[in-house]
Amino acid sequence: MEQTGPSSFNITINGRRVEAARGEVVLQVARRAGIQIPTLCDHPAVEAFGSCRLCMVEVTKEEWKGWKGLMTACLYPVAQGLIIETDSESVHHVRRNVLDLLLARCPDSELIRRLAAEYGVTRTSFVQRENPDLCILCGLCTRVCETAATSAITTTRRGHDREVGTPWGGPPPDCIGCLGCAHVCPTGHITFEDKGLTRTIWGREFELQRCSDCGKPLPLTRDQVDFLARRQQLDPSYLSRCADCQRRSVAQTMGRIARWHQLGLVQEEAEVAQ
Amino acid sequence: METVRYDSVDDFGSHVKRLKASGLARRRRVLVCCGTGCLAGGARGVAEAFAAQLDRSRQAELNLVVKRTGCHGFCEKGPLVVLMPRGTFYKGVKPEHVSQIIERSIVGDDVIEELLYVEPGSGKPVAGYGEIEFYARQTRVAMRNIGHIDPADIDDYLLRDGYAALAKTLSTMTPEDVLSTIEKARLRGRGGGGFDAGRKWRSCKRAAGEKRYVIANGDEGDPGAFMDRSIMEGDPHGVLEGMVIGAYALESHEGYIYVRQEYPLAVEHLQRAIDDARARNLLGDNILGSNFSFDIEISRGGGAFVCGESSALMRSVEGKVGEPRAKYVHATDKGLWDQPTVLNNVETWVTVPRIIEQGAEWFAGLGTEGSKGTKAFSLVGKVKNTGLVEVEMGTTLREIIFGPGGGMLEEGERGRFKAVQTGGPSGGCLPAAQLDLPVDFDTLTRAGSMMGSGGMIVMDHSTCMVDVARYFLSFLVDESCGKCVPCREGLFQMYQIVSRICEGEGTAGDLDQIDDLSRAILVGSLCALGKSGPNPVLSTLQHFRDEYRAHINERRCPAGVCKALITYRVVNEACDGCGACLKACASSAILGTPKKGDTFNIDEAKCDRCGACVTVCKRGAIAVG
Repeated sequence: MEQTGPSSFNITINGRRVEAARGEVVLQVARRAGIQIPTLCDHPAVEAFGSCRLCMVEVTKEEWKGWKGLMTACLYPVAQGLIIETDSESVHHVRRNVLDLLLARCPDSELIRRLAAEYGVTRTSFVQRENPDLCILCGLCTRVCETAATSAITTTRRGHDREVGTPWGGPPPDCIGCLGCAHVCPTGHITFEDKGLTRTIWGREFELQRCSDCGKPLPLTRDQVDFLARRQQLDPSYLSRCADCQRRSVAQTMGRIARWHQLGLVQEEAEVAQ
Repeated sequence: METVRYDSVDDFGSHVKRLKASGLARRRRVLVCCGTGCLAGGARGVAEAFAAQLDRSRQAELNLVVKRTGCHGFCEKGPLVVLMPRGTFYKGVKPEHVSQIIERSIVGDDVIEELLYVEPGSGKPVAGYGEIEFYARQTRVAMRNIGHIDPADIDDYLLRDGYAALAKTLSTMTPEDVLSTIEKARLRGRGGGGFDAGRKWRSCKRAAGEKRYVIANGDEGDPGAFMDRSIMEGDPHGVLEGMVIGAYALESHEGYIYVRQEYPLAVEHLQRAIDDARARNLLGDNILGSNFSFDIEISRGGGAFVCGESSALMRSVEGKVGEPRAKYVHATDKGLWDQPTVLNNVETWVTVPRIIEQGAEWFAGLGTEGSKGTKAFSLVGKVKNTGLVEVEMGTTLREIIFGPGGGMLEEGERGRFKAVQTGGPSGGCLPAAQLDLPVDFDTLTRAGSMMGSGGMIVMDHSTCMVDVARYFLSFLVDESCGKCVPCREGLFQMYQIVSRICEGEGTAGDLDQIDDLSRAILVGSLCALGKSGPNPVLSTLQHFRDEYRAHINERRCPAGVCKALITYRVVNEACDGCGACLKACASSAILGTPKKGDTFNIDEAKCDRCGACVTVCKRGAIAVG
């Protein structure tokens, strides 16, 4: 790749001139300019993937002599003189088909129904999947798990049989119960339950931590605390209090410091005195 | 065997000279084809019979060597045995023929007529290898050595001037010389895309990176294609030599050969070649005593078609799931492990030494304006001579099919040429009207098909084009990785529509829906698999629209293939009451008594339309309609 050249460019999106920096992709620049491009598989926590094909935009340059191509905005790197159309007929044609296909796959997904309706599709024109679920296979869950956790889940099988799954379909041994997957899932396909001190996800039960001060259940599993302590080198005690107790503890410390000042003591002495 | 290691180019040169002057080089050669096709036909037994009946001393006495070679390409007629230098060509050889061959054709000077190939045109037996039309009409560049050498014997390769191009490169050429030679030869990638190899190498060379990689793509997956397999199995050193030369031009030090799971013999031969080349200092550190070092590792695929796609292949080599990624940044900039990488097909690599040896002008003098050189095709389907064919670019489809291919297999109305499918699942079907198209990258693409890696499936009028489209779609649906929506969901839905048409449930709007969905898949998919996925349907729709209409509007399959749309009927006037159909029918759907004059009937409800009755009926008394 050419490493030299200017560090910023002018590009045109829907007729507007927009400034973009080297290394950015079209989607970033468009969003900063307030231009909406729909996405399903994009999330700031993970690298762009380009699987949903919803963010396709029409790209051309003056020197391309009229040639235009459809590119995924989430991956297409900006370059000087790019001319982008985010709502042309060919863009809508692809998005309409993608949403029509996803509606056949997930007819019960609120998100897909809403998006499809925006592009004029209220009923799928294809064969609807038997026993549909809410998974659109955007891959956000598996990618978040890979990036932020333990790669406990992955996509298995190929093509139309592809699905998100665990090793051999059983409770995933590497899962830490962090709920990262459930939180990024755009359609609510991944479900979990917190009940008392037990969290259940992917068919596996996790023990929730108690607040070391008040004893209330924390939204953290033991495996998760261990993992964070190991990977982020975090002091495990940092994660052992609930938010209320954490606040209380901070307030108490602040109060103590204020009293030291009143008494004209320095911290070391105060500690020695205590 | 003496241990040989070349410490310099001169060292190499004098060893090859000695080798060529040795008695071994002048011995007669008995070539037993041990390519995959012939092995399946029992070639191992033939080779073993030769070994048992001609031990080393007997071979020396008769001044000959028995060699197990790679694929001769004429797989239809295997197992093959060729006697050199006379070129006597025996087909369909069985172990029991061996003693007779030795006695009459090796010790004696006779030709065994029953084992000769009979030219279908003239009906006459042909004794010589070079006189057989199948071979005479070919121009072999990539497949030059296959069949002539024992792939497991590096000396055989050296005797055919193997590694001479590498010696020339290292002693007389700069990396820039090699690069500009490939550019001038205008070699285009043989794997499918037809991208200019010189341009690819040049942009990789320009890219910034810590190191550069060189990869050979041997993940040949198109149904019916086996050119790359034969090259890897039959001339593994040719692939290595091409890669070393390429790596020298690119100043790369690490290379991979990606071989699909289903090719164990290719892996075995390539590994043997790598080990031998390393031992001789033709691979590894300071090759032939130069400052240049380069080594190659074999990476085996896991059986996924999509891993033939460059970005998926590289993920697979890295040990990740073989899924494609967007190529807005090219592999020449960020390929394997995000480093600049050149990936070429094995047929491209094996061509490189030939270009270095014979010059860019020679190569550019072959072929057409836009497509230089030759191309290997695997010719299969309803032709007389199925096998591997290498012809100059620009040869017409007709010349290939009716030349080396020997013409259509079956006689009669249904045996007439109907279409040829080129380019694998992503290619298309071309009708009789386009038989005179010259075969080159651009012409085939313009005609709505593509060159692809060189698969060529010939079909006659017993083939239903809608059914063909359905077959290729089902292949692609199975092989789609499922990452992006248009390919995963779109091809699946397209398959549903085409299946519906085959099953007699097509509706008036189906063709419009196919058209609309195709356009979305073509532009919307992430990789080349999806981007060309609708081609089998689009090309059959373009050239055989009437067949689709007959299925939809008249509920009729003109070729008599789609089960839901056909019925079998006994034509009692032609029937002689032999009863063969009764025995052949697994579902007991044929009613009648086997005696002359009785009338037979087929119970449509019971008939599962397998066609067994048609196959066994000698009088053609069963009508399909």
